[in-house]
Amino acid sequence: MNNNLYKYILGIADNSLILGQRLGELCGHGPSLETDIACTNISLDLFGQVRSYYQYAAKITGNGKSEDDIAMLRKEREYVNVLLVEQPNTDFAYTIGRQFLFDVYHLLFLNELQKSNDLMLSAIAVKSIKEVSYHQRFSSDWVKRLGDGTAESHQKMQDAIDGLWTYTDELFHQTDADKIIVSEGIGVDVTNLKETYYSKVSELLQEATLKTPESKWFQKGGKEGIHTEHLGYLLSDLQYMQRTYPNMEW
Amino acid sequence: MSEEQLNMETERSRSLEEQFEARIARDEKIEPKDWMPEKYRKTHIRQMSQHAHSEIVGMLPEGNWITRAPSLRRKVALLAKVQDEAGHGLYLYSACETLGISRDELYEQLHSGKAKYSSIFNYPTITWADMGAIGWLVDGAAIINQVPLCNTSYGPYARAMVRVCKEESFHQRQGYEIMIKLTNGTPEQKELAQDALNRWWWPSLMMLGPTDAESVHTEQSMKWKLKRKSNDDLRQQFIDQTVPQAELIGLTIPDPDLKWNEEKKSYDFGEINWDEFWQVVKGHGPCNKERMKARVGAWERGEWVRDAAMAHAEKKQTSLKKEVS
Repeated sequence: MNNNLYKYILGIADNSLILGQRLGELCGHGPSLETDIACTNISLDLFGQVRSYYQYAAKITGNGKSEDDIAMLRKEREYVNVLLVEQPNTDFAYTIGRQFLFDVYHLLFLNELQKSNDLMLSAIAVKSIKEVSYHQRFSSDWVKRLGDGTAESHQKMQDAIDGLWTYTDELFHQTDADKIIVSEGIGVDVTNLKETYYSKVSELLQEATLKTPESKWFQKGGKEGIHTEHLGYLLSDLQYMQRTYPNMEW
Repeated sequence: MSEEQLNMETERSRSLEEQFEARIARDEKIEPKDWMPEKYRKTHIRQMSQHAHSEIVGMLPEGNWITRAPSLRRKVALLAKVQDEAGHGLYLYSACETLGISRDELYEQLHSGKAKYSSIFNYPTITWADMGAIGWLVDGAAIINQVPLCNTSYGPYARAMVRVCKEESFHQRQGYEIMIKLTNGTPEQKELAQDALNRWWWPSLMMLGPTDAESVHTEQSMKWKLKRKSNDDLRQQFIDQTVPQAELIGLTIPDPDLKWNEEKKSYDFGEINWDEFWQVVKGHGPCNKERMKARVGAWERGEWVRDAAMAHAEKKQTSLKKEVS
């Protein structure tokens, strides 16, 4: 088994898994029927991508593991998503801010991943780009609406961006496995995306009449499995059935 | 208005009403801009909004299991299902708006308790098997209620129902498939399935409405094709259809009086606990308060978001006008 490739795939897929799970929490509780439907839709897209990645990862392990084993039966320290996506749905501004800060990265990332010399990853990227372009349009539009809406919404959106900013830098970190996979022409060198990311985000924030935070204090750890306190609760829900009723078919 | 004018006016509306009833009798569709009696309009707003509210409140008991679905496949299917329900709500609210009432007003009626929604959603979903039971039984009963509405007299409602019914029938199969999987599983899984059937069976029967003797709206609704069969007939149809499905997967219907009646070629069944039905309808079921709290809470928490969207749209409009001039 190519252990580095396996780890690399989890590094991509776990982001979508955890973000999809967060969005799933909101289903039925959105500020309007339209946003409710849209957030559920994004969640559905992300879980669809997750399944493709994990099915591929499961094949690579060659030990009969299933997509659900990978999704639901790892320990907390074995999840390698970035800290950004596990942040809670504090309010709609946070939900949108988290989505926006991730979507801009996600789209840049997939654009590169489609050039991967791993045909499976490239195919998943091609399929996902269409979906993620929509996600980015949706979240950017809402950042603009909330930023340039009322005084209250402006403040809330600014607070969310400020609060989440500390988790953006981690998107451009590389693990040892990442570096090896990049050198093999399979992975994306995320350090090259950083500049474009921050300039794109700044441009959109400016359009939304919001300030780009200046803070240079960043948090990291997710990619090494060191998470915020929020993740454990999310995993308790995610894993509940598989843990309570082990080895069953659903 | 003189007496003569008044008589003419009465005469005119009587003849409009006769023409209207004749159109319905000929199976013609009534469209939003057509003349319609006030009572027709009100009855349709009541029934369609009640249906829309049921879709929206119905998202809650199932949404409750999205984060805990046992597999990725089930999670995706459940998300899609709940999203369909939101879509049905949107469809039906829009159809309702063609009768001259806004979505905000309809929400207000739901939140104040003036408008009702299907009582079944006031029961809790406490195990994963409830996702199977709801799909199989609740959506099953809903389809029996709704298929005849694809031919109802009000055009926008009838057309909405065609789509709704297609999706509901998919949901029903999806729910039954969850039950099949459970009954083919371990003893623990079978127990989950039987327990869910035990809890959802009677509320599903109640879902088809009070007995004909107590149903207040039936006669008028029949005339307008808002209803094509009585509650009791629909209930019998549901039971006759569902009992063999339960037998097929080795589940027992929790009714000791259930028996095939060879003479009438359908099942006899036990007494429904109507006290429980009325208790839930009147707002005192296990989850009435939670459901309303969730809906009202989402609405109130979302107010600043909706205000912002409006304010932003107005700003855009103003700057567009400036550009044009």
